[in-house]
Amino acid sequence: MEPDDPTSRSGTEPVVHLRGAVALLGRFPALAGVDLDVDRRRIVLLRGANGAGKTTLLRALAGLVPISEGEAVVLGVDLRVDRQSVRHRVGLLAHGTGLYDELSVADNVRFWTLAAGADPADAESAMVRLGLDGRLSDVSVGRLSTGQRRRTSLACLVARRPELWLLDEPHAGLDKEGRDVVDELVRDAAAAGATVILSSHELDRAIDLADEIVTLGGGVALDESGKGGGGDVA
Amino acid sequence: MLRDAWLIARKDLRLEMRSRVALNQVVPFALLVLVLFAFALDPDRGLLEKATPGLYWIAVLFSGLLAMQRSFAVEAADGVTDALRLSGLAPAGIYLGKTLSVAIQLLVLEVLLGVGVAVLYGTSITGWLLLIATIVVATAAISTAGTLFGVVASGLRVRETLLPLLLLPVLAPVLIGSTRAFEAALSGTPSEGWPWVGLMSVFAAVYVVAGIFGFGPLMEES
Repeated sequence: MEPDDPTSRSGTEPVVHLRGAVALLGRFPALAGVDLDVDRRRIVLLRGANGAGKTTLLRALAGLVPISEGEAVVLGVDLRVDRQSVRHRVGLLAHGTGLYDELSVADNVRFWTLAAGADPADAESAMVRLGLDGRLSDVSVGRLSTGQRRRTSLACLVARRPELWLLDEPHAGLDKEGRDVVDELVRDAAAAGATVILSSHELDRAIDLADEIVTLGGGVALDESGKGGGGDVA
Repeated sequence: MLRDAWLIARKDLRLEMRSRVALNQVVPFALLVLVLFAFALDPDRGLLEKATPGLYWIAVLFSGLLAMQRSFAVEAADGVTDALRLSGLAPAGIYLGKTLSVAIQLLVLEVLLGVGVAVLYGTSITGWLLLIATIVVATAAISTAGTLFGVVASGLRVRETLLPLLLLPVLAPVLIGSTRAFEAALSGTPSEGWPWVGLMSVFAAVYVVAGIFGFGPLMEES
């Protein structure tokens, strides 16, 4: 699953560049001045306690939460100026499935693939990759288990071929086989040129997967422990 | 934009075909409204016949509200709104697609209600050209305005009660225009109905333009 020539758009600049980034949820600063640089093809793990700001950071990087202060550039797009144009280039696996319960698995994956302007054939291959082909593809999403829904959301993301993968608890609700598939997808995406930022409470598994680890607390990046550079807390 | 509109309309219609909410809930509700009007006005059969155009369009409006609420309820569930924002679909395309799917559902509903009116109220149908033009233009007006106000209400917890409060006053000119045009058609004086069709056409055109430009910012706020 190779993204569209990611090197052509922003050269060697970091995929993510945050300096003193502040994001408010109402009047509460969910991000209170985050500094972060992530290079292309890196896998970065965000860790931290509940309420540390992991989900808000992922949503802000997707252009869904406005950055009210500081610098925030994602895939060469200044989020302070334009949050919309980065959105179709990122894939966000959030807590919500983003699926229509009444539609079948295949209908959902095909719809979101076409909506992203991707090749319809990618929808079929993504369903095969996530084990959603065959009988399961015609089942309504509302009748699926939590893990099967998670796989369907992942299939929608994979078929879109995003340049930046933002995964919020991607292992949650999955069995061991499903979690292995997630890890394999993440590694393949990075190898193909995409960048992956994920949060997970499955730390043993996620630490093995990540090139860099960033710890968040109180809406700021507290430290980083890299395994080779590239994801730096400034 | 048109590709996006077609994609959204096809998805919404497929959702309705699979869930059958419109068929199992909206259509029976609309027919029930007609029956209740008949019960209420039956002692005076002349009044019922005279009021038929207005009763028909009130039933359409009430039932259409259910269809519009449903159209946005499916987008509010389980992170779908965020997925739509991230999809790359043009907001104007989403607006036009949702408008088209609501309009198609309303047209089906209006045909069924027309049959219901003819059977329950004994209305003899005349002035077909004006009736059809009124139905098409009024449907466009209701669905263009309804979709725009639907996204305004969709992000709020009180959307089920807020949408009627916002939308019904806005649609008052459409209710008046469509009722007058139907009266003209059924009374054999179609020339008196065409100006109302023109008025509703302008109404629909204004809301199409407002929706194309305003739906994106409103979706951001929802």
